[in-house]
Amino acid sequence: MKATAIALILVAAGCGKPRQGAGGGGGGGANERVMIQNKGSDTMVNLAQAWAEGYRAVKPNVGVAISGGGSGTGIAALINGTVDIANASRDLEPREADLAKKNTGKDPVRHVVALDAIAVIVHPSNPLAEIALAQVACIYGADGTCAKWSDLNVEVPACSGQEIVRASRQNNSGTYHYFREVVLGKKDFRLGSRDMNGSKEVTDLVAHTPCAIGYTGLGYLTPGVKALCIAAEPGKPCSQPTKQSAISGEYAIARDLYMYTLGPPQGTVRGYLDWILSEAGQAAVEQAGYIPVPRERRGK
Amino acid sequence: MSSRRVARAGLRLRTERLLEVAIEVVIRLCGVSAILFVVAIFLFIFREGKDFVLDSLKPGEFFLSPEWYPDSVEHKRYGTLALVAGTASVTILAMLIAVPFGLGAAIYVAEFSSGRTREVLKVVIELLAAIPSVVWGFIGMLILNPLIIQLFDAPVGLNVLNGALILALMSVPVIVSIGEDALKAVPDSYREAAEALGATRWQVVYRVLLPAARSGLLAAVLLGVGRAIGETMAVLMSTGHAVKIPTSPLDSVRTLTATIAAELGEAPRGSEHYRALFTIGMLLFVITFVVNLTADLVIKGVRRR
Repeated sequence: MKATAIALILVAAGCGKPRQGAGGGGGGGANERVMIQNKGSDTMVNLAQAWAEGYRAVKPNVGVAISGGGSGTGIAALINGTVDIANASRDLEPREADLAKKNTGKDPVRHVVALDAIAVIVHPSNPLAEIALAQVACIYGADGTCAKWSDLNVEVPACSGQEIVRASRQNNSGTYHYFREVVLGKKDFRLGSRDMNGSKEVTDLVAHTPCAIGYTGLGYLTPGVKALCIAAEPGKPCSQPTKQSAISGEYAIARDLYMYTLGPPQGTVRGYLDWILSEAGQAAVEQAGYIPVPRERRGK
Repeated sequence: MSSRRVARAGLRLRTERLLEVAIEVVIRLCGVSAILFVVAIFLFIFREGKDFVLDSLKPGEFFLSPEWYPDSVEHKRYGTLALVAGTASVTILAMLIAVPFGLGAAIYVAEFSSGRTREVLKVVIELLAAIPSVVWGFIGMLILNPLIIQLFDAPVGLNVLNGALILALMSVPVIVSIGEDALKAVPDSYREAAEALGATRWQVVYRVLLPAARSGLLAAVLLGVGRAIGETMAVLMSTGHAVKIPTSPLDSVRTLTATIAAELGEAPRGSEHYRALFTIGMLLFVITFVVNLTADLVIKGVRRR
């Protein structure tokens, strides 16, 4: 399970001495190897890997070292100045931006690199097809009261006892923070949820547990789970998590995925970010199961 | 000619002595370094956690509240009761499973098996100890999880029982190897005397060996407990990681160690959350220290006898 989270994937092998990408300046001979340190969001780790592999074909002398661990982990590394790019599936908190400025002397700069929709998922045998955000909050929130599937007026055949098994994420996850902000209105999660280490574990748990409900990024949807149709308010028409509904804003829990750099990107890092927002980079987004940034939003 | 030989012999003797002194110093340093490391680790944990203990620790909340909300937006709370209950429940159930199996295996290996069987058993049991804990975690997640759902009709298979089974398997080798040593240490004259009185083999084990080796066996169990409390990765993966005071073995729990492992990466250095995690580290340190100290004292008791 930790495999994706901690595995440090050194993309591209080659000769020559690795050099930190930070500090900008293209300098150095054409054969010199440059490493970009990239860390953070577990939601984005597969995507980041796809980008790194794609970029290797374009610039063989630039290597990207990727590790996951969660948005908080990446942001903490950015604050400590140990990475060039932090991946985050949530906004930086003002406190974190201040800390980064204080520690490194540079302001963190945000780049929208992809879009994601958060799917609320259940076991395929669960007859539930749609759910209102308020009901999701009732299941997950600290003051929610929905503990059994019967509270939602469904009966899950394979789930004896009808207890809702809540799969959630550990608090280093950007998905967790985003979900708490948008679905729970910044209120606390109810204790007792199974807090998984990564998006993939949530999907796995829900796929094997008839009683379970979970939330995960669009890139982690598998045929083994059923994504619910989300209604922003009870009684309103619901919408499925798809590319179109996320871009149009119709789907209530869609978000931007970010990369943060310290100060405006320079040199190698800038080249990498530009490539990510190019057609080739955004094609990789689509392949990884996420939503490319609409063209009109790519400029800034 | 002979005087030169004497001189050469003297030189060799002197270098040998010098070498001996040097080796002695190195070995002594190795021994002392263990103490240094323990002290340094404790000081480090204490330094990182002390501000929390001094400034923000509310003992009532920390020890008695199950509410662990280290990153709440509205109201941060640091109650460790559910985490302590999680650690305790998994450890106790693990020991209920591991102690009979471990002691049984130790008795069999020490007293009943012989020759090849014994050698094979010892090697295989020690091999159990060599399996990395993350692999045990995988076994818990991928094999025990569906099995527990099927067998017990549980809503989810990542729970106390799962973690306890994994921990039991991990601490059995410790219990077996130390328990076997304790049984081996009982003088043969005890066995011979008992057999001369007409005792059966079971009576010898039950009435003579177990009481004679009792402190050694207790030490074996306590070291197994220490192993179980300190384990992180395997329980993180197999217990479901849910902050909850368990009411049945089929409830998911979260342990102290798993909380530190899961959250320390995210907590910014020096924040209250970070320090609270180090305070949990202190708590764990104290618990394992007490367990190990008890085991040590018990082992000393054996030697004195």
